Amino acid sequence: MELWLDLKERKRGMNSREISLKLNGCEVTATVEPRIHLADFLRHTLGATGTHLGCEHGVCGACTVNVDGDAVRSCLMFAIQVDGKNVTTIEGIANSDKTLHPIQEAFRKHHGLQCGFCTPGMVITLEAFLKNHPNPTEFEIRKAISGNICRCTGYQPIVAAAMEAATNLKNQGQ
Amino acid sequence: MKSCNFSYYDPNTVSEVVSLISRHENAKLLAGGQSLVPMLNFRILSPEHIVDLNKVSDLFGIKENGNHLSIGSMTRQSELLNSPLIIQSSPLISKALGYVGHDQTRNRGTIGGSLCHLDPAAELCVVASAYNAELTVTGKKGDRVIAMSDWPVDFLTPALDHDEILTNIRITPWQGSHGFCFIEFARREGDFAIVAVAVLIEITDHVISKASIALGGVSAGPVRLHDVETLLKGQSPGQELFKEAGLLAKKVDAMSDVNYSTNYRKRLSGALTERALHGAMARFKGEEEGHE
Ligand code: FES
Ligand code: FES
Repeated sequence: MELWLDLKERKRGMNSREISLKLNGCEVTATVEPRIHLADFLRHTLGATGTHLGCEHGVCGACTVNVDGDAVRSCLMFAIQVDGKNVTTIEGIANSDKTLHPIQEAFRKHHGLQCGFCTPGMVITLEAFLKNHPNPTEFEIRKAISGNICRCTGYQPIVAAAMEAATNLKNQGQ
Repeated sequence: MKSCNFSYYDPNTVSEVVSLISRHENAKLLAGGQSLVPMLNFRILSPEHIVDLNKVSDLFGIKENGNHLSIGSMTRQSELLNSPLIIQSSPLISKALGYVGHDQTRNRGTIGGSLCHLDPAAELCVVASAYNAELTVTGKKGDRVIAMSDWPVDFLTPALDHDEILTNIRITPWQGSHGFCFIEFARREGDFAIVAVAVLIEITDHVISKASIALGGVSAGPVRLHDVETLLKGQSPGQELFKEAGLLAKKVDAMSDVNYSTNYRKRLSGALTERALHGAMARFKGEEEGHE
């Protein structure tokens, strides 16, 4: 019985596909099984382990990546769905000259991270948010990161970092 | 925490979708995936076939058709939240969407997905009920239109056959001078509501001429409080009346679960209804309140 199920299961998944996407500006082509979610694809297939997986059911926000300009949870998207899209992960956030992005810089200055597990998700979420809201209030920032859980910092330093990053980004006109 | 294997299809048209789901018994439609994918990851569901709707361009977008809005079922929650058309004609929808998950989930989540998943606490179901939305579903035999009041059949079960797809949601915005309010109570920002309430009241010559009140979180589907609506009609709005309305709302038939008892939900229903009526009046008078 079990063997039969196993065979049936395996047959179902026999429609792997080749997909191409832009990951942090680089063209990537790979073959994926449809059931592989985007976070596993990034981490296991492409070795981009900056994206973290906390819960795999859309609750913690650690897996947040940017797909075509929108912050999304990569545990709730299948890799097959990003065929032809632009994906940005924490590895692609720093400036091209290897200096830190203003959000990363502010996190460092304000101790916005301790263990760092939530940080990639926080940074990607804030990057997308600050693009659309260059003059956020503290309340708006708290709302923006409400879908990201941090078990270390108590959030205050993250909010402080986000406020400063907003100011710096505005001054840079970025 | 990984989904089972499935065959994946990403058709471009509604007719392809219909032919796929009528051919395959154990198929699931994938809209935004913000409820379906967790269920797949947990293996609460293990469908053999997944039909992805994200490439069916006809299902996206908001259109104004005479005096109603026609919303494609794949329209993202974030688009509805920010749409000038929605904000201007039926702002109750965008107010409610502020409570739906977080930016990251609204960027993927769709209105059709919420309505079909039919979570008892889903904000969009409550709003659709308050507006008497009409849902168009498409199957092999063509289209049929279902009133929102007939949509919920059971827990997480809409009046949709396995070979049908929800294609369009029709909302008729209120034209007369009216106020609106959406509030809910949840333990944390973005969590599922324990109880949610949507209120629309139209005021003509200082008297309530039309009222629509819908609750979420109290039973399998959204509940319209017709008795409270009747109580309000023809009365002039005020503290006493809203208090009475709250007491009546408290009589609603509410469910209980492991976390919250029937009584707790009833008390919330009463308190939130009263508060939302005041909120709707404030909007009508042009006073926008702070963070609800
Ligand atoms: S891992 Fe995706 S939200 Fe937690
Ligand atoms: S820094 Fe440890 S979880 Fe946020």
